[in-house]
Amino acid sequence: MIKKLLPFLGEYKKATILTPVMVVFEVILELMIPLLMAQIVDYGIQGEGGMRYTIQMGLLMILMAVVALVFGALSGKYAAEAGMGFAKNIRSGLFEKIQGYSFANVDKFSTASLVTRLTTDVTNTQNAFMMIIRMAIRAPIMLVGATIMAVSINPRLSMIFLISIPVLSLTLFFIGKNAHPRFLAMLEKYDGLNEKVQDFIVNIRVVKAFVREDHEETRFLESAEQVRDAQLNAEKLVILTMPIMQLTIYASVVAILWFGGNMVIDGTFNIGQMSSFIMYIMQVLISLMMISMIFIMIIISRASFSRIIEGLEEKSTLDDDGADADLKLQDGSIVFNDVSFSYTNDPNNVVLRNINLSIQSGETIGIIGGTGSSKTTLVQLIPRLYDVLTGEVLVGGHNVKEYALKTLRDDVAMVLQNNVLFSGTIKDNLKWGNEAATDEEVIQAAKAAQAHDFIESFPKGYDTDLGQGGVNVSGGQKQRLTIARALLKNPKVVILDDSTSAVDTATDAKIRAVFRETFSEVTTLIIAQRISSISDADRIIVLDDGQVKGFDTHENLMETSDIYREIYQSQSKGVSIDG
Amino acid sequence: MAKAKPITGPMGGPKGMGKPTNVTATLKRVAEYMKEDKWVFLLVFIAIVTSALSNVIGISYLQTIIDNYLTPLMEEQSSELMQGFVMVIGTVAIVYLVGAISTYIFNRLMVGISTRTLYKIRVDLFQKLEKLPLKYYDTHTHGDSMSLFTNDIDTLRQVLSNSITGVINSLITVVGVFVMMLYFSWQLTILVVLMLLLMLYAVKEIGGRSANFFVKQQQEIGDVNGYIEEMIEGQKVIKVFSRQEKVHEEFDVLNEALRKSATKANTFANILMPVMGNLSYILYSVTAMVGGLLAIQEILTLGTVVAFLQFTRTFSQPITQVSQQINAVLTGLAGAERVFTVIDEKPEFDEGTIEMVPVTINDDGSLTEVTERTGEFAWKDRDVLTHVRGSVVFDDVVFGYEEDKTVLNGISLYAKPGQKIAFVGSTGAGKTTITNLINRFYDVPGGKITVDGIEINRIKKPDLRRSLSMVLQDTHLFTGTVMENIRYGRLDATDDEVIEAAKLANADTFIKHLKDGYQTELKSDGNSLSQGQRQLLAIARAAVAKTPVLILDEATSSIDTRTEALIQKGMDRLMEGKTSFIIAHRLSTVRSSDAIMVLEQGEIIERGNHEQLIEQKGKYYQLSAGLFELT
Repeated sequence: MIKKLLPFLGEYKKATILTPVMVVFEVILELMIPLLMAQIVDYGIQGEGGMRYTIQMGLLMILMAVVALVFGALSGKYAAEAGMGFAKNIRSGLFEKIQGYSFANVDKFSTASLVTRLTTDVTNTQNAFMMIIRMAIRAPIMLVGATIMAVSINPRLSMIFLISIPVLSLTLFFIGKNAHPRFLAMLEKYDGLNEKVQDFIVNIRVVKAFVREDHEETRFLESAEQVRDAQLNAEKLVILTMPIMQLTIYASVVAILWFGGNMVIDGTFNIGQMSSFIMYIMQVLISLMMISMIFIMIIISRASFSRIIEGLEEKSTLDDDGADADLKLQDGSIVFNDVSFSYTNDPNNVVLRNINLSIQSGETIGIIGGTGSSKTTLVQLIPRLYDVLTGEVLVGGHNVKEYALKTLRDDVAMVLQNNVLFSGTIKDNLKWGNEAATDEEVIQAAKAAQAHDFIESFPKGYDTDLGQGGVNVSGGQKQRLTIARALLKNPKVVILDDSTSAVDTATDAKIRAVFRETFSEVTTLIIAQRISSISDADRIIVLDDGQVKGFDTHENLMETSDIYREIYQSQSKGVSIDG
Repeated sequence: MAKAKPITGPMGGPKGMGKPTNVTATLKRVAEYMKEDKWVFLLVFIAIVTSALSNVIGISYLQTIIDNYLTPLMEEQSSELMQGFVMVIGTVAIVYLVGAISTYIFNRLMVGISTRTLYKIRVDLFQKLEKLPLKYYDTHTHGDSMSLFTNDIDTLRQVLSNSITGVINSLITVVGVFVMMLYFSWQLTILVVLMLLLMLYAVKEIGGRSANFFVKQQQEIGDVNGYIEEMIEGQKVIKVFSRQEKVHEEFDVLNEALRKSATKANTFANILMPVMGNLSYILYSVTAMVGGLLAIQEILTLGTVVAFLQFTRTFSQPITQVSQQINAVLTGLAGAERVFTVIDEKPEFDEGTIEMVPVTINDDGSLTEVTERTGEFAWKDRDVLTHVRGSVVFDDVVFGYEEDKTVLNGISLYAKPGQKIAFVGSTGAGKTTITNLINRFYDVPGGKITVDGIEINRIKKPDLRRSLSMVLQDTHLFTGTVMENIRYGRLDATDDEVIEAAKLANADTFIKHLKDGYQTELKSDGNSLSQGQRQLLAIARAAVAKTPVLILDEATSSIDTRTEALIQKGMDRLMEGKTSFIIAHRLSTVRSSDAIMVLEQGEIIERGNHEQLIEQKGKYYQLSAGLFELT
């Protein structure tokens, strides 16, 4: 699994390799130190070495420790470089990938999950990666190195390893294996608890209004008890690690003291060697423990790895492959030929059925229908935000699949229903439509969208900072800004998806008038809840349950379409325009 | 205001989660929760001491073994000495065994204490959250409140499970080892102290530098995450405008800045461990050399030097460990402090004494209190029963969410039992505020509100609220089935009553189309249902409650006009005989009300029924003619 992420090492490959190299040098030096200590004890103190030898060996030891320190510090530095660089590349790669997603891909993942992948999951991966390149190399090398040292000092005494290593590894394995499901169970209970708290907090007004505090508390207590018990159940197993670790080390030390001591008495072993032997066995066992921790860490971060990989491997459902890069839209005509569409690509679950429409360039088309009648779905096929299931959509005389996506979308401006403004000034936001637009053009577009006056009423005018998500403007103002932004593209087709719902009817009418007069060449599609917003369109599409139930002028539809009449009546009843 | 103020400790904080403002006070609070377990905690402490000391004692036996047995036995065989050697090895084995068992005991006991303590804190926190006034929720985001459970208590878990025992263990080990070192050789101990100072200096230098860069990194992470959130949120707009490349370029600039500061911050954090580890090897080496020289001079015995060398290894480990744990502890305590701040918040105040009781109406019109639900209720003020009929009166009510900003200026209105009162006006005009005062989500500082002639602050809050049901604009659902969600209105409602209410709200049709009908599981963020469908469920929930007063706050805002017309009949039946307060953006929704109040900046500027208001040719008329927009 990690292999799939390796290409993201990129220019940090050098640091990635240098880290374990430095670690190896550090470990080798660290392994030498107890050996020299044994020399001091056995030859310097007990043997003929004396002061001179002791000082020589001592200085050598200090030198080794200092060099080891440098290597250790370097490995830390390279690990940071590699880890952070790796994380940066993953973040950038995943971000780029998501930019290439189609709407269908974005729908599949949900916003929150994409954000988590780019933030938390990348951080987890980065930390696991740093740990792997430092510890996952260090621990096995230390394990092998210390074992070799111990065997070279005293092969017979090394038999102790044959018992202690398997005993410790087996117990660690056993604990890890059994703890894993218990921790999963605990996390599940945690989720349950958080879900109840979230329910409660989000619904606080409902809880208070219906006086359901007791009911909520019962639900919460049940969950809290489960969390407590599950946590106890999981942790009481994990805490076995420390005492068992100690027990193994202690038992080994005692064994070394006893058997080693007897060898010393026999004269086949030295005290200094025995003392270094103890240090080696400790290093071996600590390394074992380290390895088991690394495994746990990898298991924990595995979920993050796989979420990132899932995001990276997601294939965009749309591509430019069949497109002719030079093909341009001739005009703003739109044709739907027997189009059916399903969000799940399932012929049994279609939301648009056999749509046939022919719209001439420059026409103004209204689209109306109840919630769930697939109005938005219909228009989203025009800039090819989704691909049809069967049939074809033609814009400007060609199938939308024949155009490069950028060409098509530059000429088909769509104002989305749940629209977003970005942090930055009003001007920055409007220029999304056209980076090269002059101030004059920006103002012109704003005027057309009836936004100029309120923009000018702000102290900073077009340089007003919108803040994240465009929080500093009202709903109606925001909608007008998004219309202006789309107009700046100078498109051949404009689609307004319920884009004036928060705008007052008088301004709404003015916007439509501008579209009629100034943008008469542009094909305009308007989705609206209010019949008054579309009644003056050239023609109106009545959608119901994914089917076209009428496509005609207002007057004719009032005659022929029951649904249209019903909608008209439901709205005119409350608001009698003439008083 | 609840946020702990970040202060820079000597260690600095790599996690950037803030430091507790008052360490001792917070520790005491945590200790309070463990009070019940104080004897267990004493055992834990004893076990830790035993475990730490057995380690120290075990090592010091090295000296005895080498000097008293091995060295002499090398010279000549002696069965007496040999016997002593067996004894001493046996002793060490026992000491170590006791140590390992103690380690198990304190860990096991501590797990019990920590899970119990966390449970208590969680329950306390939740119970407090229930009692907090809405004002608290107005000033704190849902995310803030959630993170008390998901982050703050969780970091505290780490502290309770590992850090407390770890720190105590380390301290005792350090002290124990130091005492033994002094006992063995004061000369070598001086070396150790010098080296210790150097190590502390290294911790301070590296830790401090790392902390500075971590602050910077935290900032850059904020920038990158903010950008990610905004751009993922606006992903569809980016695609519609083909801005992918430009956005990616901008992202890479922030991403690279983060990499730079993160690399610096982590470099210092990463080198701390190897530096400390190798400083300890330097100490080991210096001790070996100097100890060796002293042994040759016969100032020290061989056993002393070997044991001392072991001690130097044991000595530096806890120091590294504590320096790592300190951050975890501080982060955990900062979390605990945030939790305690919430637990210390003032709860909702209820001075009311009047209760709502079910009654039967006698033939002469008098009321008799009964225990069973009858559908009729009375306000019970000691022995006096007043029939709950739902007349609501506002008398010159003044209110503001903040001290010096009034939202309502002298609102007076009355609703006779069974009347339909509608509020119309821009966002911020005070419509929702009025309804929030009726059920005492907020208390009024000026003027008074009465229900059936009784001032509402004399009525117990739960009873007052039981007499009203509300449908809110943003309808979130509870995790559970559709059935349970509707039944939330009245827990003892039968399945038939629930279905009846769903039919009334026109929700029955779509519910039947769900996978498992009424037993379909829903989630609070319930993306399986549209906002309109959720509103229908909320209306059904209010219908099942069968209360004398009904409040509909933009209850049909997400339902299209045609569907709204379809459910109109059900709504009419729902409001039949009930006093209803309706807030709506859409004028068609309020047209048939008995009285419509047009609100502007906290004042009622027009009132009357639809025809009267159209006649007046005022704001309402302009609104209905579409001459200005409601914002």
